This record gives sequence, C-alpha cells and structure tokens, in this order.
Amino acid sequence: MAFDKEVEERLESIGLPFNRYGLDPYGISREHLAWFYSTIKPLYRHYFKVQVEGMENVPKAGRALLIGNHSGGIPLDAAMVVASLFFDHDPPRHAHGMVEYFAQKWPFISPLFSRLGHVTGLPEHADRFLRDERIVLAFPEGARGTGKLFRDRYRLVRFGTGFARLAMRTKSPVIPFAFVGGEEAVPTVMHAKRLAKLLGAPYLPITPYLLPIPLPVPCKVVFGQPIYLEGDGSEPDDVIALQVAAVREQIEELMRVGLTGRDMPFPFSNEMPNHLR
Amino acid sequence: MKVLITGITGALGKMVAELLTARGHSVLGLDRRPWPDAPAGITMFQADIRKRPAEEVFRVHRPDVLIHMATVTHFSAPHEERYQTNLGGTRRLFDYCEAYGVKQAVFVGRHTVYGAAADSTLYHTESDPPLGGSTFPDLADLVAADLFAASALWRMPKMKTAVLRMVYTLGPSRRGTLAGFLGGKRVPAVLGFDPLFQFIHEHDAAEAVVLAVTKKLRGVFNVAGPHPVPLSVLCRAVGKPHIPIPESMFGHLTGRFGFSNLPAAAVNHVKYPIVVSAEPFVAATGFAPRWDEAATMESFRWA
Repeated sequence: MAFDKEVEERLESIGLPFNRYGLDPYGISREHLAWFYSTIKPLYRHYFKVQVEGMENVPKAGRALLIGNHSGGIPLDAAMVVASLFFDHDPPRHAHGMVEYFAQKWPFISPLFSRLGHVTGLPEHADRFLRDERIVLAFPEGARGTGKLFRDRYRLVRFGTGFARLAMRTKSPVIPFAFVGGEEAVPTVMHAKRLAKLLGAPYLPITPYLLPIPLPVPCKVVFGQPIYLEGDGSEPDDVIALQVAAVREQIEELMRVGLTGRDMPFPFSNEMPNHLR
Repeated sequence: MKVLITGITGALGKMVAELLTARGHSVLGLDRRPWPDAPAGITMFQADIRKRPAEEVFRVHRPDVLIHMATVTHFSAPHEERYQTNLGGTRRLFDYCEAYGVKQAVFVGRHTVYGAAADSTLYHTESDPPLGGSTFPDLADLVAADLFAASALWRMPKMKTAVLRMVYTLGPSRRGTLAGFLGGKRVPAVLGFDPLFQFIHEHDAAEAVVLAVTKKLRGVFNVAGPHPVPLSVLCRAVGKPHIPIPESMFGHLTGRFGFSNLPAAAVNHVKYPIVVSAEPFVAATGFAPRWDEAATMESFRWA
C-alpha cells in the first residue's frame, strides 16, 4: 500500500525500535502508523488547519508527560495533538495516548489503538512508557472532559491526580497544553444516555445536527513550558492537590493564549468565554 | 546434583532432562507415561504423582532438587482429574520435599495465570494479581497450583522455591498449548480483535528452567523470550490461515470445520493480550533467549 511520502519519511526518524515485522515491543505497527498519519494529515493540515504554538517546549528526546484539556465529545483533540508531534516536531515523536477502558472492549477499535500505541489508561502503562523514555499523552479530566456540553466550553472540570504522582515517581517533566477549537468542532448539546449504555460508552454526544461529526473549525495547540513537579509521589493527597491545581491553572492560562485572536467561522464567536476573562 | 523431574515425558521435560544430564547432573524422571528410549543418565519411574510410588522415589533416592512440570493443562481432561493432579499432586510433592530434605524446588507454571481482559496491563510484573480464573474459570486450578507452590516460600523457608510463569512455548516439537491452537487447519480469531501473543522457543524455555536450578532461584518469576507479536502476524509467519469469526459464533465453530479446538471460555485469550515482563528473571539469572520471534515461528512452521 502506498502511503503519504512525507509520512514515510518522518516515520524513518520516529525512533521506535521496530523489528523485522515492523513491530515495536508494545505491538505498535509501522504500517498502521503510516496508515494513521497518512489519513490524519489532511484533517490536521486542511480540515482543522491546526496551528501549533510552543512546540519547542516538547523535548527532542526522553520522557515527557503531556497534560491538557479534553473537549469535543470525541477524542479529536488527542488525535490532533498526536499528529502535531508527528508533523510539527523535529524529530517527529510518537505520543502514547491513554485510552478509556471501555474503548478496549470494542472490536476493531481495540486492536487499532494497540497497533498505534494507545493503550488502556492504567498507571502501569504510563509508568512503563515514561521509563522507556517515551511521550505519554493524558487528559486528567478523562471522560468527564470530553463529555462536557457546549455551554460549558473551555471550562475545566475536575482533574484526576494520578498524573502528578506518576510524573513525580518517574521524574518526568509535565508539558501542559491547551487544545482550542475542539469545543466548537463537536458542539455537544445533549447526551444520548440509553444508546451510550448499549454501546458501553459513558456518553454519546448529540450535536444540533444530531451526529457527532466534527465541523471544519480551525484548531490550535498551545504547549507551555515544562513543569518539574517536586517530590517523589509519596506525598499526601493535599500536597498533590496543590501541584495538580498549579498544572490546571497553567492549562487555563494556555487556553487564554489560544483563545486570543481567533478567527472562527459563523456561528461561533471569537469572544473569550466569561469565566476566562 | 540429583534432580527429580515430574512430567518428564512432556516436550519441555525431556529437553530439560537432556540439558541437565549433559551438564553432569543426575536426573530422576517421574511420569505416568513411559519414556522407553530415555538417554543414559536418566532414571525413569513410571508412576502417578498422586500415588504412593511417588513418595518412594523421594524416600529412596533423595533428590536435591525437584522440577515440577506434571500439571494437566489440556482441557479435555475431566475437571476432577485436573484438580487432583494440579493441586493435589502439587501439594503432595511439596510435602515430600519437606519430609525428605529436598533443598530446592522449581514449579514450572504459565503466564496465563494473569488472565486476559480488556483492562489488564501489558507487561505484567510478578506483583500483578493472577486473575486468570476470573475470565477463564477452567484455569482456576492452575492459578491455585501456582499460588500454592509459591506458598512454599514462607511455609518451607529452608527450601529454595522458584515459581516460573512461562510464556507459551513454541518450537519443532509442535507440542504445548499454543502449538495446539496453531495446529488446526485454520486458526480461529475473533472478528475485530488481534491480541499480542508472547512465546518463547522451547529450547530457550528449557534453558530457563535449568538456569532457575543452577542459579538457585528463589521467588516468583515471569519467563519470556522475544517480543510479542499480534495473532495475525503469528499465523502468517507459521503459514496458517487466520480466520476472524464473529464472537457470537466463536464457541460454535472452534473444534469444527478444520478450526483448532478451544474451550469457549478461552475466547478472552484470543481477544486480549497476556504479556509479561521478565526483567527480574533476566537480572537474577542473566538469561538471554537465543531464538528471536522470527526464528521461533519458523522453527515451528518447518518442523
């Protein structure tokens, strides 16, 4: 199969230890990566016209934990951040997404995620990838984040604290980022609860045009400066909570940066949401 | 050293026995099945580990080391027999070890004790709970045997006990759980799933067991060979058609139409991976598998 030429070239320098079957120790397949990045490239470049700021904050080598806001009903933000590290970071780096448990039960989706290196969001997995000097992408808001409604856009919900202990234990820098545009791309007005239950998903987004098909709105990823959390991860919850709050604030700040000077198509507004003013 | 091997006539048992005799150890073999052409240096006793003659071997011949491989792993065996042999037999052997002064015991178990599930981790460490029985109830006796063997670590502190959780073995003998699964005309897969399979060449597996003996290992250790590969790649490499079947029909088709046989409850093992990390074993023994994934699959294919 012929894949995008740029993708093939960038895969050469992605730094994953592929064996003769094109597989790395975690079952990531070179062929699947080529297919995925070739498919996502037009979406990344032309459909969402993703702009990236602060890419210099993502290390050229070694472990890092990318932490950002989750949005948009479907994990479009994750796909675009993964694409940004591949297309707009030199050398290209592969980010390992931490996937919700329910998705691993779905046929076709589950093996596809594994071949792309996105594994169940278990602390053991993240720990292993970081110690292996890889990049882990996580959204501490989890499904609470993607499940938020359009009226709550760019409002961070409760952050899980696991990432902070993980970063401290593995001495990994936390790279905060904001993803802007996802909330408008899939404007969720309500959730189909019964159907979601049937599919084993926590929610199913319903948009004004019913299906959760993303709209072609411009998106932006803003990476902030690395944060080195102090401690070894054995601190009590209240100490950790402070560290988490600091990262959360940083992400809010990056959202402000990303939301400034936007040029959104009708009917979306360019105004800063009230709670961020 | 005088080493007693139970289940010696299994493919792995024979290889371990031959490696040990080649290195100058004397080997006693205990098995229900005969090994008529056993090489010189191996003394065979044809007996059931649950029966009295088994104790007589300990009483009279006083082995220094026990390598316990006499577990019933095929699911065609009656439920009761599996429990009696795997648990009852293991219990008796460890009792004899204590009674007759065996200095070291190695229990050869399997990595499937961790179980296959959507939320299980890749690269299990030895501290992960063995949940094999929860997704695949037929495995409960083997999980119990594994944990029971490990209890010797605190019950019999004077004896050095090692529990090995070995990944699937594969090789020219074409025997073993994975070989059986790949042995049919067609390999049944579950539509929409393609889990990683982790295996080790049988010669490397035998070497690992011998290392556990010679390094006087104590504790619970995962044993693995090369990196895992997805089932589809495994089938392609061993030249078997990989046929995805919708999960609802899986149990009805396995064992028929040229599909290899598999208990219906084992479906999780064809949907989700069981992958273990063997770092502590490597650190303790210096074990380095000599067969990579390609060579291992090829050796099975062309045997």
